[in-house]
This record gives sequence, C-alpha cells and structure tokens, in this order.
Amino acid sequence: MIQDIPIQYFLIVSTTMFFIGVCGFIIRRNLITMLMAIELILNAVNINFVVFNKFLFPHQLQGHFFALIVVAIAAAEASVAIALFINIYRRFTNIEVENISEMKY
Amino acid sequence: MELNQLMFFLLAGLILFFSVLAITSRKILRAAIYLLTVLIATSGLYFMLNYEFMAAVQLTLYAGGIVVLIIFSILLTSHISHKFEQPALANVFAGALTGILGCGVAIWSIIKFPFVTTTQPALVVDMKVVGTQLMNTGDYGYALPFEVISVLLLAAMIAAIIIAKKGN
Repeated sequence: MIQDIPIQYFLIVSTTMFFIGVCGFIIRRNLITMLMAIELILNAVNINFVVFNKFLFPHQLQGHFFALIVVAIAAAEASVAIALFINIYRRFTNIEVENISEMKY
Repeated sequence: MELNQLMFFLLAGLILFFSVLAITSRKILRAAIYLLTVLIATSGLYFMLNYEFMAAVQLTLYAGGIVVLIIFSILLTSHISHKFEQPALANVFAGALTGILGCGVAIWSIIKFPFVTTTQPALVVDMKVVGTQLMNTGDYGYALPFEVISVLLLAAMIAAIIIAKKGN
C-alpha cells in the first residue's frame, strides 16, 4: 500500500524526527528525558532502515532484520541506563545532570 | 488524494507533532506519554509498508516494554506534579540551530539524491519467510546476528541487576 508515496516523504519524516531527537538531547537537563530523546533518535534510524529495505531492495530482508536488532539493542540500552539512573538517584536524590558532576562517593 | 496518502500524512503529522511535544513538555510523565504516541504512530508506518512482524515487534517491545520501563523509572525518581524550569536560552538556541541546520542539510541531500530501485522481483514477506531467514545459516540467513543479540541481551540483563542491586 505504498503506491504514489515517494521514498523521499518517508525519509524526510525520519530525518526530521532524528534531528528533533538531537535537539531534545541538547535542550533537556534531566537524565530520563535525555534517554527519551535517544529513543526518538533510534526510532528514526529504524524507520530509515525499513524504508530503504522496502523501496530499494524488496527482494531481501536485510533492513528489516537490522531494524529488529536495533530494537533489541535499544531495549538492552534502556534497561542498563535505567538501572544506572536508579543507582544515581539513591546517591544524589535527583537525576538532573547539573547536580551530578562526580563519580566518587 | 488517495486514502493511503491521507493515512501517511496523518501518521507523519502525528509523529512530528508528538515528537516535538515529547522534547518540549515540562511535565515528565506527559513527555513519556507523547513518546508512546510517537512509537505507536511509527508502528502504523510499518503496517503501511506491509512489514507486519516489524510493526508487532515495535508495538510490543518499544511501545509496550521500553515505555513502561521509562514510566516506572519516572515514578521511582521524580514527583509527578513536578514541573521543569524553563531551559536556558543559550541551550534552546544551540539545540534549535543544530536541529534546523542538520535537518536542512540532510533533507537537501535526500531530495538531490537519485534513488535507484533494484529490478529483482519483490519478496512476499510473511511470517514463514521471516522465521526461516532469521534462523538460517546459509544465503540470506541471519542466525549469527540473532545469537549475538541474545548474548548481548543476557549481558545487559545481568548488568542491570548488578548495578541496581542494593548494597554490595
């Protein structure tokens, strides 16, 4: 069901989403919201992989499986990052990046 | 305008609108819900491309798993009624400048680039094809990345447990 939708439309959507994620990573000062910006970036990259697979190489599934692996890596990264945030919260009682400037305790 | 084009523009509008809201909202729980909307609209895009398995994985793993994890950690680490203060003007300026410049360059090169489609016949992607290719070791087989990713997930799980454990 992708007749009359050129590939550029999908790519423009994913590019805009990627740079919104980058912008959020720069603007935000809270660790969890920065993690959410990273999830936006990973999701934009996933759209790119799947769209390139569907439009340019529809006879194989490389982009599809790469996107699947990126989702798994995002899950692993989110779980480790959130474990770190909870540990940081125990020591500093907040998770704003300005207040966390030392690793020794 | 055709119906599928209408659907595409609806999903694209949802994605862009809610991703902007997700990085500008001053309440953290709302930002998480906006992120959830973006992820669900993305799975709608995958459904449009006829990759049903990818869309299902997106819904269950991203929208179901990661967002729930993020919401739990929000509830553990911050007050729900807490509002962020306005970010510093220099930060907003730097972020917006990076975003707009990068976006402009990338979109300009996308529009200029001549995309060439392969002439081979398209593969009908059903669940059987996905399963055989994921577990295959020969041509068009992805068994090695599958195994590597399972080891990575195990390592990440053990690391998360050890890091978040109380005491030593």
